[in-house]
Amino acid sequence: MPGENALNRDQLWRHVAVAVPYLWLLVFFLAPFAIILKISLADPVIAQPPFTPAFDESGKFLASVDSFRFLLTDRLYATTYLRSIFMAGMATLLCLALGFPMAYGIARAPASARSLLLLLIMLPFWISFLLRVYAWMGLMNNYGVVNNLLMWLGLIEHPIQLMYTDFAIFVGLAYSYLPFMILPLYATLERMDLDLVEAAQDLGASRTRAFWDITWPLARPGVIAGCLLVFIPAMGEYVIPYLLGGPESLMIGRVLWDEFFVNRDWPLASAVAIVLLLLLVVPIVLLQRYQARDKEAGI
Amino acid sequence: MKPHSRFVLSVLAFGYAFLYIPLVFVIVYSFNDSRIATIWGGFSTRWYGELFRNDQVLDAALLSLRIAFTSATIATILGTMAGLVLARFGRFKGRTLFSGMITSPMVMPEVITGLSLLLLFVTLQQLTGWPGQRGFSTITIAHTTFSMAYVAVIVQSRLMSMDESLEEAAMDLGGRPVRVVFDITLPLIAPAMVAGWLLAFTLSLDDLVIASFVSGPGSSTLPMYIFSKVKLGVSPDINALATLLIAAVSLGVLIAWIAMRRMRT
Amino acid sequence: MNSFIRIRGISKHFGDFVAVDNVDLDIAKGELFSILGGSGCGKTTLLRMLAGFEIPTSGTIEIDGVDVTHQAPYDRPVNMMFQSYAVFPHMSAAKNIAYGLQKERLAKKEIERRVDEMLQLVQLGDFRNRKPDQLSGGQRQRVALARALIKRPKVLLLDEPLAALDKKLRERTQFELMNIQDELGVTFVVVTHDQEEAMTLSTRIAVMEKGRFLQIGTPLEIYEYPSSKFVADFIGTINIFEGTVRRIDDDSMVIDCEEAGATLTALGKHDVVVGQKVSIAVRPEKIFVGKNEPDNDDDTKVSGVVHDLGYLGNLSIYRIQLANGKVVLVSSQNRRRSATRFLEWEDQVWISWRPRSAVVLLD
Repeated sequence: MPGENALNRDQLWRHVAVAVPYLWLLVFFLAPFAIILKISLADPVIAQPPFTPAFDESGKFLASVDSFRFLLTDRLYATTYLRSIFMAGMATLLCLALGFPMAYGIARAPASARSLLLLLIMLPFWISFLLRVYAWMGLMNNYGVVNNLLMWLGLIEHPIQLMYTDFAIFVGLAYSYLPFMILPLYATLERMDLDLVEAAQDLGASRTRAFWDITWPLARPGVIAGCLLVFIPAMGEYVIPYLLGGPESLMIGRVLWDEFFVNRDWPLASAVAIVLLLLLVVPIVLLQRYQARDKEAGI
Repeated sequence: MKPHSRFVLSVLAFGYAFLYIPLVFVIVYSFNDSRIATIWGGFSTRWYGELFRNDQVLDAALLSLRIAFTSATIATILGTMAGLVLARFGRFKGRTLFSGMITSPMVMPEVITGLSLLLLFVTLQQLTGWPGQRGFSTITIAHTTFSMAYVAVIVQSRLMSMDESLEEAAMDLGGRPVRVVFDITLPLIAPAMVAGWLLAFTLSLDDLVIASFVSGPGSSTLPMYIFSKVKLGVSPDINALATLLIAAVSLGVLIAWIAMRRMRT
Repeated sequence: MNSFIRIRGISKHFGDFVAVDNVDLDIAKGELFSILGGSGCGKTTLLRMLAGFEIPTSGTIEIDGVDVTHQAPYDRPVNMMFQSYAVFPHMSAAKNIAYGLQKERLAKKEIERRVDEMLQLVQLGDFRNRKPDQLSGGQRQRVALARALIKRPKVLLLDEPLAALDKKLRERTQFELMNIQDELGVTFVVVTHDQEEAMTLSTRIAVMEKGRFLQIGTPLEIYEYPSSKFVADFIGTINIFEGTVRRIDDDSMVIDCEEAGATLTALGKHDVVVGQKVSIAVRPEKIFVGKNEPDNDDDTKVSGVVHDLGYLGNLSIYRIQLANGKVVLVSSQNRRRSATRFLEWEDQVWISWRPRSAVVLLD
């Protein structure tokens, strides 16, 4: 048949289109996780690379759960994980408290102003993350803008300690991740039919009642997506606790970094990563479910 | 439209102030003559001059731009393919794993992505001798991997909102599948691909953590250089650098925004 | 029949769902054939199998004697006008129309000539360089039609061709489509959910439900002699009476109908036995309504009261309630101009119809 070669060529194209990105992801995304798992089960040694091989000369599989045992028994790690959850959770709440009214305000602004307001939310996102965190260092210094202002106003006599505190970390996290909260919230609020709220008010609900009965439940998918989008990266954050936090404000991203770069304990760093990943599996799967649902709705 | 309540208006004002005041102070202090960044010593542009005489900054910026350009381009090609596959190829064996792998890098904490990729490169080097040196190529691969996810999602959602019968019509009129992609699909998703490329470019320029893991000695990207400086505290030439970046991004975004408004009307 | 499109035993399964269920169909050359059915009845799947976008789970499709079952869409002598029109938004009207010929690698001159010809045919000569977003819905539809016809397909498939147009435009387009079809002699297969569209356009109609054909015939056959309750009800409106066969004569039968509170006579030979349950269907316009008892003894006669009435201008609709509660729909032409209504609410009336107006339905 004359068409057969052509048909094969069309099939080939399909296979190439699937295979190229698929292979890339298998090699550069999935394989690394297998390797992390493997190395987390090795012992650290002073060598290059600094861990024991997975198989000995006779081909026997060597697995050591020492790193995990150490993680579980050493109080430092448990408290660091808990602190990370707490810090990320607090940052998420801060973002929600600030982000919800903002998203609401933008969604209900005149249509002509909406795109500009939204653009102004996204603009900082395009400007270097690192430099935006850095900007706060100048503000929160002992002799920085905030303290100078407060002293000039006579509210305080001596500079108060802002930098290197948990407070500084909250501010940094909230500042960096606020757009991640606002954008999904805006998307759901903007889609929402304003008539619904008016119908509720028409049926006798007060403005506040209408908000809690109508707006809030309908905005929930956006709230959940936004919270997860803030919480997940905040959990693993390294730069913000390093630059704004004190030496005691440990978060797990920083511990992982230090285990790896400072202590050169690769197996332990890998184990820290795997436990962090396990903690995040539930929120990540939840987020993907919400995003898939959003996609089905055609957004 | 109902007027906003006072509460919503004040939160909006506070929120925008919160987002922009830090940037304003960085810009103001970049023109500060004093070496001590927190004390105002008069207007000056000396830090901009110093910045341009600093070879380290220029080298790092050049490396970052090269990486961003290369990785954004590869990511756009791979991400467009992936987006096409997800939106148009229906069910196939391994689709669930594929779509999972596409979206996961977006939500993966950077420390995990960075560490895992470094361990991969070390293992590959042991097994095959490549990569002999970590730097441009390893950072480019790492950036491509996570930014192709963003491109794929942008392209996929554009395709989902696009009428599939356009491609079917082209096929019905005698276009073979590959031809149809070039005749119909790509021209129509070009804006999404440009948006994806820009996002990938920015993400690459912005990344510190992953690059720090997968780079080798002697190759530092701009964020790595900045980080090594700001670790030690506020420094006036970084203020100047940040100002330049803010100006560049704002200008770019403004142009894109105006262009988009023009196109719509 | 000399069949140009020959469909044999076609089925299409999507997982457990059977969209098209073992269907046979023959369509002659030059026909304007409609497949009519509600959403999800399988009509679109059948059309997509004809176009080559879906591969049948089983069965074969032949067009002009060639088995095309497994041919790719781009190799088939079939073109389609999509419901959304699918006009390429980044190409001008002329480019859209030329696309199919370019894929055939015809000479530039030849393409230009044929595009001009087509633009004339669909009356878009002045709009050749317009982009689709500068065209109206009706104009876009004509671009889509020209684009599909320019390839001189053996069969043109039309998916809900008039659904997106407003009422006035629909009527005009309907006749344009029929004229073009007549002029070019191409076989048209139309898929639609709109019975009116199918009735006016088609030479023949296939009524489809749950993946199968319930009846295939000319519009007249389908309307006047529906083969099942579903078809009778789907095409137009109809009154259905349930009853039992009491007596079978040579050329008619008598049915006891408790619902109507009367015995009904129906003409024609049917494959029934005495005591069998059947349905009798009568179209509203076939029923006479009047204040006096009609004197023709052959007619079926029942009395009732006017339950509801509606004046539609050219005709009036009455809902007549019978003694046992059953409501019968009657429509009558308003031939005379009159300021007073012929019937009022709660009027005592008689309804009647001729035996040959009653259709016997067995399912």
